[in-house]
Amino acid sequence: MKKYFPLIVLAAAVLLVAISLLPTRNVDAYDLAAFGRLPTLVNGRLKPLDTVARTTLLTTQGRQRVSTSEGRSLAPTAWLLDVLFHPEAADSYQTFEIVHPDVLTLFNLTPEEGGGKKRFSIAQLSKGLTELDRQATLADEVDAPVRTPFQRAVIQLRDNVILYQRLQSSIVPPGVDHYLDHASQFATTIPAGLEALKAQRAGQPHDAALTKNLLELSQIFTSLDSLGYLLPIPPKTGMDQPSSWKNAGASLQESLATGRVNPAVVTYIALGAAWRDHNPEAFNTAVHAYRAKLEAAIPARLLKCDVETRFNASQPFYTSMMLYVAAFLLAVFSWLKWPDVLGRSAFWLIVVAFALATAGIATRMWLESRPPVTNLYSSALFVGWGAVALCLVLEAVYKNAIGSGTAGLIGFATLLIAHHLSLGGDTMEMMRAVLDSNFWLATHVVTVTVGYAATFLAGFLALIYVFRGVFTRSLDQKTADTLVRMVYGIVCFATLFSFVGTVLGGIWADQSWGRFWGWDPKENGALIIVLWNALILHARWGGLVKTRGLMSLAIFGNIVTAWSWFGVNMLGVGLHSYGFMDAAFWWLIAFVATQVAAMLLVAVPADRWHSFAKTTAHSAS
Amino acid sequence: MSEVLRYFRDFFVSLKLTVVLIAFSILLVFAATLDQTNLGIWGIQQKWFRTFIVFQEVRGIALPLFPGGYLIGGLMLINLVAAHIYRFRFVWKKSGIFLTHLGLILLLVGELLSGIWQEEYFMRLNNGETKNYAESYRTNELAVTDTTNPGFDEVITIPQDMLARHTSVKLPKLPFRIVPKVFYPNSTLQSRSADNATPAIATLGAGLTLDAAPQPVTYKQDATNNPSAYVELVAPEGSIGTFLVSTALTVPQSFTNAGRTWKITLRPKRIYRPLSLTLMKFNHDRYAGTDIPKNFSSRIHLKTPDGRDDRDVVIYMNNPLRYAGLTFYQAGFANNDMTTVLQVVRNPSWLLPYVACSVMTAGLLIQFGIHLVGFVKRRRPATA
Repeated sequence: MKKYFPLIVLAAAVLLVAISLLPTRNVDAYDLAAFGRLPTLVNGRLKPLDTVARTTLLTTQGRQRVSTSEGRSLAPTAWLLDVLFHPEAADSYQTFEIVHPDVLTLFNLTPEEGGGKKRFSIAQLSKGLTELDRQATLADEVDAPVRTPFQRAVIQLRDNVILYQRLQSSIVPPGVDHYLDHASQFATTIPAGLEALKAQRAGQPHDAALTKNLLELSQIFTSLDSLGYLLPIPPKTGMDQPSSWKNAGASLQESLATGRVNPAVVTYIALGAAWRDHNPEAFNTAVHAYRAKLEAAIPARLLKCDVETRFNASQPFYTSMMLYVAAFLLAVFSWLKWPDVLGRSAFWLIVVAFALATAGIATRMWLESRPPVTNLYSSALFVGWGAVALCLVLEAVYKNAIGSGTAGLIGFATLLIAHHLSLGGDTMEMMRAVLDSNFWLATHVVTVTVGYAATFLAGFLALIYVFRGVFTRSLDQKTADTLVRMVYGIVCFATLFSFVGTVLGGIWADQSWGRFWGWDPKENGALIIVLWNALILHARWGGLVKTRGLMSLAIFGNIVTAWSWFGVNMLGVGLHSYGFMDAAFWWLIAFVATQVAAMLLVAVPADRWHSFAKTTAHSAS
Repeated sequence: MSEVLRYFRDFFVSLKLTVVLIAFSILLVFAATLDQTNLGIWGIQQKWFRTFIVFQEVRGIALPLFPGGYLIGGLMLINLVAAHIYRFRFVWKKSGIFLTHLGLILLLVGELLSGIWQEEYFMRLNNGETKNYAESYRTNELAVTDTTNPGFDEVITIPQDMLARHTSVKLPKLPFRIVPKVFYPNSTLQSRSADNATPAIATLGAGLTLDAAPQPVTYKQDATNNPSAYVELVAPEGSIGTFLVSTALTVPQSFTNAGRTWKITLRPKRIYRPLSLTLMKFNHDRYAGTDIPKNFSSRIHLKTPDGRDDRDVVIYMNNPLRYAGLTFYQAGFANNDMTTVLQVVRNPSWLLPYVACSVMTAGLLIQFGIHLVGFVKRRRPATA
């Protein structure tokens, strides 16, 4: 039995991954899956509606699931359909997260009235929206870095409400009675109105009701154009150019000139009416017919949308995160009991988790046609990936579960950070002009991120040394020596990559801004990592530190790297300040505190370490 | 060797000094980064890096706070060179370390030279406009132009520093002396109200209706200082008058003296080059349905007086124009996308960091490569 344990663990992990990758099935007669795969342009990128639904929900409430007041659970696409076509229902769903008590006071609400004591519906908020807007306008005047938590909270809620309202006004204009019924007649009423208008201009008899109707439509379309969040309407020709996609309002304004209604507008109106009237057959027919039309014009784009929808549903990074945790626990137990069996099990779990994360990152790269790191979110994925890759090498060489344990810890931590960063919206953003260079993103950004990963890895290995040494008896002399070699080797690796990455950044800066080095905060952060690694190496070579000193310095490397990665962004100055975060600040402080605590632990005299207590002669002096 | 000399030698070649200097440079960079929230990116370079000692003003008294970039960098350079001279024995095993440190020496020297030589200018071009000069971001000059001859202008420029130091200027080409009376490094201009009791300092031109009010110097990245000065022009037969000059005044002020017509203005320092650039078209693309900039590019016509170059070039993000010792970068835009702003950089030592970093990278690769090969060789018999 014990012999087969690693195999069983591996099989279970593979099975878990396989299940997560299965396609989602529709729960009722509506082909929601097909609807979710339809493309739309949002924030400059063609993406499936499924992504829009999920990222909007993540932004407003921090999770993708929606529960109705009857306790039913809604798929993100079903929620999106209700937002677009069934506003009364959507307005009653509790999808706005409010945690600041003073913000709740603006609406005269108590936590008890919210779902999960923190989620509220737009219907609950409706009475206080004017006050919210006033408070947010007041807060806007304060510089972002010095806003109070309350000011940040009102601005965020105001932005979320606007996002929701704009999404709601993508197809159906707010406050227009029976719009969908009128809209289904546009193909005849608009040309008829144009005929009447022509006659009126020529001074001939005409139907005044028709021209009046046309004028009203023109106003409705203008407001729809100014509000609409989705740009789901492709042009008749040249659909492959995302820049020519329009929102429904803009497309209908064109119809007022040409007399022809874009088939995509017709489709969305038809499927909207079908959704409202609870008519699955009509809904599915509209979706499938539209899909067939798109298939003929932009098959490659649709393939990306299909893959992205599948990617969204399978959540590979979530699965890998669970596997990393399991691997970490197995590795830790392996140091106490059954080193061989549990160690190998941990290793195989890491292999599966790493393969899945690799596939996830590769999918993102293919979807975006970009190198792996394009923003803070993807840097978190890649730092984890790089560190785990190095751990696998260490594990393959030393086979003592230290590589697996560290991999589990770093893999889990970085994916957790990534999850929190994903709450800001779509993680596949378009690149601003200055960053729009695949060459530099692939060279500078990737190398410097590997440098971060390696510096963290050295620090985490040192943490394992300390915790095993101080609290357990498992750190024998051989393991201790191995860990020293690992840390030293990884620091060398980190020095090389962080240096080369920083230099490549300098060259990029010289190419785009005209100076090799500008003392920008992010540049300084990278420089400090290089200097810190150089300091560790020189202190070691000069004999200024021995084993425990080396471990202490390596742990401090965690603080240095965390500051360069996140801390500098919090300063809100410089050319790199693209990822300003507030909540993360306290996490950073907490992380620094834990690392300082670990360094104090290193300072505990060696004879007090559990592992060294009995032996009098040891190298850890 | 005497005791003292040996002591000095041991101090300067020691690895301990290296570690201490690295630690100090980390603290320096860290503190300077934090200080950017107060002083901005330009201010901290002057305060922390381009100095031997960092001074901090406490209640008006400048106290030395920390060793500056020049001191730490200089000591590092001495430490590096001394250690290599003292310990240098060429062995292949250490070739990587040697190369890395050689590269580092070059890098430090390069950074020093950049600090001394690098000059940054900008060039603002409206659609269709042609210019043969770039302007400085931070330094200004007083320009006095003799416009009597319709065929050409004769320009005499005086650096802003001379105004700040209140140095009286007498030049052979000028029939009058320039006497700076007041200088404000940053200022705003205000209209003089009719019932103002204090008489205007200026006796001619814009200063009759406008007053300069001193402002604190700003270091913000998106703000510029507007210096103002009152200068008196004194001809041999007596004072011509006192002018208010300011970079906030866009049009030069005219006056006549002894039958010649002059213009006087305080303007950003100009650097002229034998080439002219004309903005043909500025493009600013955004992603559809958003304000995220996708690309900025300027189509520029480049022409030299000798007629050797007469062609169109396109400058865009990550693609500068290098010409005649200057590099032109797409830096910004204004005026509803009708105006482009190019950053113009002159840095004769721009290649040095590239060389230094290549040498260092090669050194690190060799050194860690040697380590790795040694490690694998040692492991192999153990695992076999």
